[in-house]
Amino acid sequence: MIELFRRLLRTRQGAIAIILLLVIVIACVAGPFVAPHDPDAISFLGRFHPPDAQYWLGADELGRDVFSRLLIGAGRTVPIALMATLLGTLSGAVIGTLSAYLGGRWDEAIMRTIDAVMAIPGLLLALLIVNTLGKGEFNAMMAIAVAFVPGMARITRSVALVARRQDYVGAAIARGESSAWIVLREMLPNVAAPVVIETTIRVAFAVMLFATLSFLGLGAQPPASDWGLMVADGRRYLHQAPWMIIGAGVAIALTAISFNLLGDGLRDALNPRDER
Amino acid sequence: MSPIWLGRRLLLVGYTLLVVSLIVFAITQALPADAAVMLLGENATPAALAAVRLRLGLNDPMWLQYWRWLFALLHLDFGTSMRTGLPVGSMMFVALSRSLLLAGCAILMMLVIAVPLGTLAALRRGGVIDLLAGLVSYLGVSLPEFVTATMLLIAFADRLQWLPATGYVPLTQDFLDGLRHLVLPTLTVALILIAHVSRMVRSEMVDVLHSDYIRAARLKGLHAGTILFRHALRNALLPVITVVALDVGYLLGGIIIVEEIFAIPGIGRELIIAIETRDLPAIQAGALIMAATYATANLLADIAYAVLDKRIRYD
Repeated sequence: MIELFRRLLRTRQGAIAIILLLVIVIACVAGPFVAPHDPDAISFLGRFHPPDAQYWLGADELGRDVFSRLLIGAGRTVPIALMATLLGTLSGAVIGTLSAYLGGRWDEAIMRTIDAVMAIPGLLLALLIVNTLGKGEFNAMMAIAVAFVPGMARITRSVALVARRQDYVGAAIARGESSAWIVLREMLPNVAAPVVIETTIRVAFAVMLFATLSFLGLGAQPPASDWGLMVADGRRYLHQAPWMIIGAGVAIALTAISFNLLGDGLRDALNPRDER
Repeated sequence: MSPIWLGRRLLLVGYTLLVVSLIVFAITQALPADAAVMLLGENATPAALAAVRLRLGLNDPMWLQYWRWLFALLHLDFGTSMRTGLPVGSMMFVALSRSLLLAGCAILMMLVIAVPLGTLAALRRGGVIDLLAGLVSYLGVSLPEFVTATMLLIAFADRLQWLPATGYVPLTQDFLDGLRHLVLPTLTVALILIAHVSRMVRSEMVDVLHSDYIRAARLKGLHAGTILFRHALRNALLPVITVVALDVGYLLGGIIIVEEIFAIPGIGRELIIAIETRDLPAIQAGALIMAATYATANLLADIAYAVLDKRIRYD
């Protein structure tokens, strides 16, 4: 684990990702304590206040400090994205492994159905599910998790099938190792790597999807200080106060970039041979 | 490409549509909406509501309602919109044509930008263009469409005033104005495609340039341009077809948001309106048409791959 972390730090992407993620984690944990203003404090005189020493990233239509609201928003968006990804990945991994394990006709039937579900764009599937469950943060999280299941199932299955056919698995069987040893010590580490990489990249996607749902008014509800909601809000004052959009947009992008970088860094750290 | 392969592949498209129709029907049934109340309004008398339910067959068992819907679908009858009272099918197909125009423009822009970008990045690894390509690919996959769209609006429509902010002008009505309205939506949708494809082209090019046949071509003394265009690029571009086909999923999802923001009356915006107003037949038709578009794009990609790559033989 420590060895992996050291290798991760040695890759350019991994090092940048760790720094960015550290900032994000600090924002999530310490955000409410270090915010320069009360994120919900309304000030009539501060309406559309441009960025300056007092309001670092400006103020919104109610005079609320954008920077403080971004900090509070981090503590909501990131955990929700992580939970949604974890749920989706676990369910997908179970289906994918099961399909690879059953093999034959069952595998064929399960995978063709998964392919069929993937014909519905992820965002549309999430939209339909949130509308069925009702809008709100929790339901948006569930919808993102469900939208992730088919993709993760496909990846886990293909990885599990490849791992099963490897020579070192055959060698372990020939050595007379127990099934538990083969699955846990020989196959799992090699199955885990691609799935962990894909999961990391999916967190970025979950952050974006959750922000999109909030932007459409289906995720976080006002007056919550949510990033997607802030962009939706800022659209109406695009001319007077573009900083309302820019701050939240950059926050979303930076969070997504750091998880994408982490995924790429992990890929390099876990496959030292691949020079690309 | 044997007829058996093609037949089996078409069968898969049919299965996909069947599964999607089941999912979409189940979701529209679960949506908190009462079709009879929606048609007659909140103040309808219970007797009138009951009459409408009887007429629409809403009291029938679920499987019968599904079967009736599916049977009508097979006759290309998508039902009538609860909101407008017009046939949903023609409405959605007109909307789809506008979305496909947007998607086509985005794919064109992607090809024009991503292929040279990826190729140049591969030729000069670690150079300025390689760094730029890396930056574009990270921005592309990390900016949700609504952020890209609103940022572009701030820059090009509000500050610089170069392009119109929102709206849709049919190309047949005013070609130039129509194009001007398409620039920002196309750019938004194309960004994620450019990110994926430039990355793919780069890594494929790096692989191909290290292959034996390129070395052989160099040793033979072929001109560098000939090697690049006649030998390397051809093979590096093949996997791009698959990436683009898989990206159609992203593309259709992204189009929903982009059309909503830029007020383009395409299938994505129609779907959002349908979902908001609980127009069940329109939701069903829109979702199914989107899935059919995705399935068709993937089928075409498979066929193109089989035709272009002589090494692959499907049977």
